[in-house]
Amino acid sequence: MSSYNLTHLAQLEHEAIFIMREVAAQFERPALLFSGGKDSIVMVRLAQKAFAPAKIPFPLVHVDTGHNFPETIAFRDELVAANGSRLIVRHVEDSIKAGRAQEEKGPNPSRNALQTVTLLDAIEEFKFDACLGGARRDEEKARAKERFFSHRDEFGQWDPKNQRPELWNLFNGRKHTGEHFRVFPLSNWTEMDVWQYIAREQLTIPTIYFTHEREIVNRGGVLLANTPFITLMEGEKFEWKQVRFRTVGDATCTGAVESSAASLAEIIQEVASARVTERGARADDKRSETAMEDRKKAGYF
Amino acid sequence: MSTDTTYLSMDLLRFTTAGSVDDGKSTLIGRLLYDSKAIFEDQLDAIEKATEQRGEDHLNLSLLTDGLRAEREQGITIDVAYRYFATPRRKFIIADTPGHVQYTRNMVTGASTANLAIVLVDARKGVIEQTCRHSFIASLLRIPHVVLCVNKMDLVDWSEERFNQIVAQYTEFASRLDIPDIKFIPISALHGDNVVDKSANMPWYQGSSLLYTLETVYIGSDYNHVDPRFPVQTVIRPNSNAHHDFRGFAGRIAGGVFKPGDEVIALPSGYRSHIKSIHGPDGDLAEAFAPMSVAITLADEIDLSRGDLLAKVNNQPEVNQTVEAMICWFAEKPLQTNGKYLIRHTTREAKCAIKTLRYKVNINTLHKEADAVTLGMNDIGRIQLRSSVPLVFDPYRRNRSTGSFILIDEFSHATVGAGMILWPEHPDAPVETFADMGGL
Ligand SMILES: Nc1nc2c(ncn2[C@@H]2O[C@H](COP(=O)(O)OP(=O)(O)O)[C@@H](O)[C@H]2O)c(=O)[nH]1
Repeated sequence: MSSYNLTHLAQLEHEAIFIMREVAAQFERPALLFSGGKDSIVMVRLAQKAFAPAKIPFPLVHVDTGHNFPETIAFRDELVAANGSRLIVRHVEDSIKAGRAQEEKGPNPSRNALQTVTLLDAIEEFKFDACLGGARRDEEKARAKERFFSHRDEFGQWDPKNQRPELWNLFNGRKHTGEHFRVFPLSNWTEMDVWQYIAREQLTIPTIYFTHEREIVNRGGVLLANTPFITLMEGEKFEWKQVRFRTVGDATCTGAVESSAASLAEIIQEVASARVTERGARADDKRSETAMEDRKKAGYF
Repeated sequence: MSTDTTYLSMDLLRFTTAGSVDDGKSTLIGRLLYDSKAIFEDQLDAIEKATEQRGEDHLNLSLLTDGLRAEREQGITIDVAYRYFATPRRKFIIADTPGHVQYTRNMVTGASTANLAIVLVDARKGVIEQTCRHSFIASLLRIPHVVLCVNKMDLVDWSEERFNQIVAQYTEFASRLDIPDIKFIPISALHGDNVVDKSANMPWYQGSSLLYTLETVYIGSDYNHVDPRFPVQTVIRPNSNAHHDFRGFAGRIAGGVFKPGDEVIALPSGYRSHIKSIHGPDGDLAEAFAPMSVAITLADEIDLSRGDLLAKVNNQPEVNQTVEAMICWFAEKPLQTNGKYLIRHTTREAKCAIKTLRYKVNINTLHKEADAVTLGMNDIGRIQLRSSVPLVFDPYRRNRSTGSFILIDEFSHATVGAGMILWPEHPDAPVETFADMGGL
């Protein structure tokens, strides 16, 4: 390798920093969507690097489903306290109480789809014109064609047929009043890149990503945790298993994987030999082949 | 427990794939992804189900690369899709672009960031019009490496003679273009010959397999490391006592190498100063080069903000309000000569007017049509443009970052065109040969 060559992680890092700075330069009121998951932890680290020695020039926004693993909330609060960012939390629960969203029925009602309502309300409340998200193109088919700068109309909707082409390093963030952008600096990262970066940067992540004993139920191949939000169906029972999570989200539909990986190095090894995508462990994506695309059109992350 | 950290020395290659319909592009990508374990069981399950629903009998790997429902319903790929896979040596980003005539703009988009283009031909058909079009775009966008994959070798009895004919045909055609590095590989995407492993069916082929080629092609000089260019993206000013006087010019290096102590010139203003320090993602740097994102502090307080560019005093770019450029048109509404647009070039945005349309390139015959009065969607042509402020640029041929721009519709805000700068005025210097166009 010549001395003027960068490793893949360095290139991804420089690219993501460029995108974050472009957001700070092109928009008036950006926000960083923060879930407490590994992707948003990486996003926060990149934002710190992009603007150092200044503080991150936009707030972190958490759309809280209320269906949390307690570890993630504690983790979120520590991280925010440590880097002095501003945190805004908006609750799906409040959207439901206000009659703006309706709780799903069934044995594991997910609030993933409802997050959209709360998020769009928050965007309107704070007049955010760009929301930085940690989504990656490798997560799901509908995301393979997503842009770095993803244009949303005044209803927060995504039109897959009418996206702006993105060439070179030139990002077009022009918009009419009321429209906004979702911006995805990790577009070119894979799950593996994220883990490798976490290891390289020695980032702290919530403990639920590492192996632990947990009571779970196997529902249609997805291992769901025992939480107050889940009801057993006939013939189902909880059992104790050695598991970890590959994503953290709404606890009712985030599936665990059986794993003994106790360190980042072991997780990296496990991801290298995994035969299922991380979204494959999510109950809400299993509902239809185009589930994700439908949610995105409606304004989902 | 493994402490394998080879990933800390992997690098990154971006490539595009082009071929006309049924040349085997989806099959080839599917195979690369599958053999490198980038396809997962749940994705395979999903395409098996979808294949069944469509009433097809063989596993349709193209369903993996056709992302969106709208496209699946129409059975065509209408947009650039990005795919990822990695080997222990390299991470790969594939910009998968459709091969139809009407989608030139997608090919141009995918090509804009690529180090390498895979151009597929069917061994039975040889070099056809579309092969030429794809290669022209690769040359126009200055993709440094092209790999011509002669696919379906199983259908021509693994014939060395047929392969050599196609190599000769393509070499003849490509001599009119400007592609620095061309490689030829005979493959069978369906059976896997020469894709990952060397084929036992073609012992006469002395070269490497496709994957090995992708893993080892030298990309260290794909960026310009000669002409120092730093477009200022934003200014970092911490409002804190600890960093009271800190004023960092943030941006991505677009060319050359910068070091603390270098004398730099701000353009277009012409103010000079010296670099005090360069801050990278992990702290202070002794040198910085493309495509690094850094923050630079200067020894003097000079007026400098987004859209301006730092260069070295002894190596300066062009500064001009008028440029000559090749342009690819993206919008349904045709290009208006004398029309006004917004131009986004490096980190600068300004108004501009299209002064002259010199010619349109007939994308099939590659002839210049000087009588063209406009450019429609997917057309490529040469224009002269005048910007409301000076542009600080290099010819695209020399630098893909400082030589490229996009045009934006002032009212719809859509991105309507992509341009590659030839040179400033050079009014009537006729572009005679095709190589001048393809190679700028
Ligand atoms: N015999 C043979 N058939 C191939 C080969 N590669 C692709 N095909 C077939 O050619 C057809 C078109 O392939 P596909 O990958 O869909 O082409 P695309 O339109 O370029 O994406 C399919 O029926 C493939 O099975 C090959 O190397 N040999």
